[in-house]
Amino acid sequence: MRIPILKLHDCLLISIQWELDDQTALQFQEDLLQKIHDTSANGVVIDLTSIDFIDSFIAKVLGDVIEMSKLMGAKVVITGIQPAVAITLIELGIGLNNVLTALDLEKGLEKLQQELGE
Amino acid sequence: MENQSCVKILNEWDIVSARQLGRNVAKELGFGTVDQARITTAISELARNIFLYAGQGQICIEKMYKNGKVGLRIISLDKGPGINDLRQVMEDGYSTSGGLGAGLPGVKRLMDEFMIDSNPGDGTDIQATKWLR
Repeated sequence: MRIPILKLHDCLLISIQWELDDQTALQFQEDLLQKIHDTSANGVVIDLTSIDFIDSFIAKVLGDVIEMSKLMGAKVVITGIQPAVAITLIELGIGLNNVLTALDLEKGLEKLQQELGE
Repeated sequence: MENQSCVKILNEWDIVSARQLGRNVAKELGFGTVDQARITTAISELARNIFLYAGQGQICIEKMYKNGKVGLRIISLDKGPGINDLRQVMEDGYSTSGGLGAGLPGVKRLMDEFMIDSNPGDGTDIQATKWLR
């Protein structure tokens, strides 16, 4: 299954709605970069509200895709990290440092607009 | 044994099955959402280690009843190459696969009890337990 990527003005919106397996996560990485390229989007919001756990593999894929997007000139904001996910990520030893985050999709879009200076 | 169920880890999708089994048992035993996330994450790390380093093995989930306490034990077994330096793999950031190196030390922090037994050439046996508070 592929994760849908929606375009809203010059931003891309992604809401991850189900448990990620490795293949889906890696496919998403490729799809997002291709979509940034195709649409010239300069901002991306990835919403994780429905995700109830993140292991080190998914964290690495997410961290990598954020870095890769940055290389292409797009900023990424992660939104909706659940309390249980925040706790387990830190206990695992993964801080996702230098990653822009916001409480929910609305605040994520606001943050992105600020970052993009609009 | 009715208190133990196992999932064979042969491919990436078995990692998902092992996580789902663990989460279901954790729910059934009454663990809250944070502990469910800890248990699911720990299973994911252990199952992925089997897949990455041993190729195949199994994850068993055991319901524990001891001294009036209820717990869940994850048992990770493989007949892979084993681990040369146990101290090194328990260090944060150590990885031979290009990962984050968070796996085993992370699992130890997520769970209440952690035991690892491995000899080079003889596979790896890991048991990690979470007790219901």
